[in-house]
Amino acid sequence: MIDMLRLEDIIKAFYIAKKDIKEYYLKPPTISWGIVFPVAFTLAFILKGGHHAQEIIPGLIALALFFGTTSMAAASIVFERKIGSFERLLLFPVSYIGIALGKTLSSFMFGMVSLFATLVVVLPFILNIPTYSLFLVAVLILSALMFSAFGVFISFLIKDPTNTMMIFNSIRLPMIFLCGIFIPISSLPLPLRLIAFLLPLTYSVEATRFAINGNYDVVPPIESILLMLIITILLILLTSIKIRRTIP
Amino acid sequence: MSLPGCYPLHDAIIAEKLTKYYGDFLAVDHISFQVRKSEIYGFLGPNGAGKTTTVRMLCGLTRISEGKAYIYGYDINRELVAIKKLIGVVQDISNLYMELSCYDNLMFCAEMYGVPRHQRKERVMDLLRFFGLEDKKHVKFKELSKGLKRRLAIAAALVHKPKLLFLDEPTIGLDVKSKRQIWNLICKLNEKGITIFLTTHNIYEAFRLCDRIAIINRGKIIAEGTPTELRKKVSGNKIIELQVSPPIKKSTILDNVDGIIDVNIGRDNTIYITINDAIAALEGILEIVKKLSLEIVMLNLRGADAEDVFIRLIDGTEKNIGSSTRR
Ligand SMILES: Nc1ncnc2c1ncn2[C@@H]1O[C@H](COP(=O)(O)OP(=O)(O)OP(=O)(O)O)[C@@H](O)[C@H]1O
Ligand SMILES: [Mg+2]
Repeated sequence: MIDMLRLEDIIKAFYIAKKDIKEYYLKPPTISWGIVFPVAFTLAFILKGGHHAQEIIPGLIALALFFGTTSMAAASIVFERKIGSFERLLLFPVSYIGIALGKTLSSFMFGMVSLFATLVVVLPFILNIPTYSLFLVAVLILSALMFSAFGVFISFLIKDPTNTMMIFNSIRLPMIFLCGIFIPISSLPLPLRLIAFLLPLTYSVEATRFAINGNYDVVPPIESILLMLIITILLILLTSIKIRRTIP
Repeated sequence: MSLPGCYPLHDAIIAEKLTKYYGDFLAVDHISFQVRKSEIYGFLGPNGAGKTTTVRMLCGLTRISEGKAYIYGYDINRELVAIKKLIGVVQDISNLYMELSCYDNLMFCAEMYGVPRHQRKERVMDLLRFFGLEDKKHVKFKELSKGLKRRLAIAAALVHKPKLLFLDEPTIGLDVKSKRQIWNLICKLNEKGITIFLTTHNIYEAFRLCDRIAIINRGKIIAEGTPTELRKKVSGNKIIELQVSPPIKKSTILDNVDGIIDVNIGRDNTIYITINDAIAALEGILEIVKKLSLEIVMLNLRGADAEDVFIRLIDGTEKNIGSSTRR
């Protein structure tokens, strides 16, 4: 079912990422949905949040990263599948999981650019030094990887490219309210809380909050990190299976 | 059914009852054929015949429903990665990366095919030179003309020095000049020892380029052979073109002349008579001419050309493929 990931495939995954970066970084949809939009809403929420800002900043950073990575995934995969150049990847001697990893890496790298833009905007509003700086770096990197894998997986489920942003936003926007960014998960009614635990953004927000403010709501940081790791690997595997299934 | 190990390695492709169903629709219908090393093998057929589907099955882009296929002895269903290293594929659409330059496109392919790092640059530059794209090195793929796009697509399929090259409709949509250039390139590549599997609906292209041709229609191979053999297969093998004044009816000829296979009357009243016995037919025709006091405007005897072969082989109901362009 799942093919092996060899060193050769990892190297090729990096080549795929490099190619995507060259091709998609300056495309309007990636810039607008992946950088301008997240930076703008982060700033808007911080300014509106007033003295609450400190509480929501961790969530906002995670959310911005989520938008940055998933936008890149959508742009590179859905578009390539539409015009038929995605199939080229299937002609190369590389495993499906190598392709899945490559697409995840390109979204990840774009996510890093988007994160940088967000941090530049957020920094003036952070009043004290993050409680656990190193942990913060690890959390953000892992979050970016997980969101990328998530975006890549969703992109392979989309059949009609004209709906891409609509589908992505109908997944992303509800998460804003379910994943503990503004409303603590602990105060959600039970059914919604259960949904929250199914959403990858939840764990990223919890861990980021812990790294910056030193506290968390329901999921302890180590559990968040572990879950994120598992979710990432699972999504990449699922994507590789999905790619195999796209072959008619 | 023989084992893969038993196959002589000198055949580039062996297809055995290769079949593709899309749902209930049978796109490729149990076809068997062999492509020998170093030959140009053509798949000639009208739209929807199953050419692209066959190519896609042979390079792993479409699953095989039934049957088997081997490339240089490797089983497609089991050893696809090994096969991918041996083949280059040019699809029927120009699907290189739009925003990348010619150089970057080829470089990416070289990386993905695992060309050793220190050889990549040279390999890419050699290909750009060979395909006359050196001055377009930094031009983005989307900015190239159709003909140049196709050339770069072929170049991209060659970065890893494949032994077998698939070309799906390599000249479709190109003008005459670009077409000629692609034909020359194909011949040059073949001279270098690359086996070529080419699909086309252009009869002239197939007969001009290919060592052997399979004619495919509705998912079936209906004839196979060298261009000469295919010409011979058209029974009668000769056509008389006749114009008389005043014009006569088809039945006049059919009823009075021996050695005839078929009679068609073209728009300008030219009568095309397919014959298997030239002497008998000509005698009969001259008799009618004398009897009805007709004037001969034109009388030509010629061997069947590629188009006639094609049309005769594809069943009569699909004459529209060629009849409009028939001389
Ligand atoms: N993915 C698919 N799903 C369903 N039917 C398909 C699919 N791909 C091709 N077909 C059908 O299979 C048949 C063969 O198609 P194919 O593309 O192989 O023909 P072709 O000989 O390459 O023709 P063309 O000259 O149009 O390229 C056609 O009737 C086509 O409609
Ligand atoms: Mg085709």
